[in-house]
Amino acid sequence: MTWAVFAQNLVNGLSLGSLYALVAIGYTMVYGILRLINFAHSNIFMLGAYMLFYADLMFRLPWWLSFVIAVIVTAIMGVIVERAAYRPLRQAPRISALISAIGVAYFIENLGLVVFGGRPKPFPVPAFFSKSYQLGSVYMANIAWVVPLLSGILLFGLMVLVYRTKVGLAMRAISHDMETSSLMSVDVDRIVAITFGVGSALAAAGGIMWGLKYPQINPLMGTVPGLKAFTAAVLGGIGSIPGAMIGGMLLGMLEIMLVASMPALSGFRDAFAFLVLIVILLARPSGLMGREYREKV
Amino acid sequence: MLQLTDVHVRYGGIHAAKGVSMRVAPGGIVTLIGANGAGKSTILRAIAGLVPQRTGSIVFMGKEISGMRTHDIVKLGLTMAPEGRKIFPNLTVRENLALGSYSRTDKAAVAQDEERVFRLFPRLKERISQPGGTLSGGEQQMLAVGRALMSRPKLLMLDEPSLGLAPVLTQEIFEIIKTIREEGTTILLIEQNAFGALSIADYGYVLENGRITMEGPGQKLLGNPAVQRAYLGARVGAG
Repeated sequence: MTWAVFAQNLVNGLSLGSLYALVAIGYTMVYGILRLINFAHSNIFMLGAYMLFYADLMFRLPWWLSFVIAVIVTAIMGVIVERAAYRPLRQAPRISALISAIGVAYFIENLGLVVFGGRPKPFPVPAFFSKSYQLGSVYMANIAWVVPLLSGILLFGLMVLVYRTKVGLAMRAISHDMETSSLMSVDVDRIVAITFGVGSALAAAGGIMWGLKYPQINPLMGTVPGLKAFTAAVLGGIGSIPGAMIGGMLLGMLEIMLVASMPALSGFRDAFAFLVLIVILLARPSGLMGREYREKV
Repeated sequence: MLQLTDVHVRYGGIHAAKGVSMRVAPGGIVTLIGANGAGKSTILRAIAGLVPQRTGSIVFMGKEISGMRTHDIVKLGLTMAPEGRKIFPNLTVRENLALGSYSRTDKAAVAQDEERVFRLFPRLKERISQPGGTLSGGEQQMLAVGRALMSRPKLLMLDEPSLGLAPVLTQEIFEIIKTIREEGTTILLIEQNAFGALSIADYGYVLENGRITMEGPGQKLLGNPAVQRAYLGARVGAG
């Protein structure tokens, strides 16, 4: 691999990794608070891309405005999923909520097939993003730096929210003990709703940027990136926000580098991510940043 | 200030409180004593809105609070420091205290109250940026009480504050409870340490199997032979 090719792959890995990180955050935050794997998260990712598609093509809004609207609308959908499918099961055994999550995932997927249609749609990519430059022998499209930059800004904003605000303090408190948090006058339902909203907003941004990179969208587009982001969250240590970021970045980088260094194996790139998942679960189930899981008494 | 009338609590098929009526007058310390499993914690949890299935009436400052949600009850000025301290081990001492004042917006007064907590518990100030989980048991209990005070409660409910503490620390906690009352906060105290609780209480209730069986001024209950036999026996033996 020459330096130029390496640099090219580094940029690609960074960009893929930051998308995994954005989506992984949603899995990890919900798990941290409700001990629930939100299987519908990958569908939220898909909805984000479709919301942009409709905002852009039907309403002819400027791209950035479509982006903001799509993210907000998708965040609201995430909150609705929580309200309708998870909150009624908050006191139920954990497995019930998990089954509900699987049900919601299938429901949204099939609703997508009915409403959006099964045929892939061309995703609107403004010319700015695909414009590319030559730096030495490396070609770089604008999107190659926009994706990591925008993801970085969003992730930084998330860190500020979680570690520097009252809402973030309440999130960290309820992830440890909901009942005691309510004794601190924290409205637990509201904080859980905000958590779903924030996680869904990040997934929507991820879905939209995924559409910019691979500009064909379909109602099943979330499945594979969703599973990989979940892998990234487990790799980093599920429940840990910094872990999700590191796990996402690592997984994206590993995937790109694997394909780049062993092109013969490029057909196995998806299998590779799940191999990582299996190895992590066997060798270090709590992940890179995760604490050993202790059952609360 | 607080009036319970015929409160029943059932959960998991257990009838844990069977028609409890009691009242807490403003400005005093009221204690609820009883053996392990008598239902003391259940009653406190019912008042705080933590047990769902409850009947009967619970009136706080003239407002019916049974059926209200916990965080709204706390906002009315009724705060509970739960049994077992329930410190957030991953959060620092300062963050734990900040959660206590979570729904308050009067920043200047919150800062004042934080000073007050540090005055009551100077040890907490030394540990301000340490995670709560690294504190000793006594320090955690101080943090639990301090955190509850941060909501500036009108009525403070303490569930077994002396649980698991060395005798000297227990004494310290009881002294601090008296100080808090003198500074104007009404207290409802649940204790297995009946002697300690009745010694500082203005009024006491004795709970047996989910029913109030005796009540009276703290000193009077201390002198009551039945109470002495049932709850103070250990002290006679030890002393």
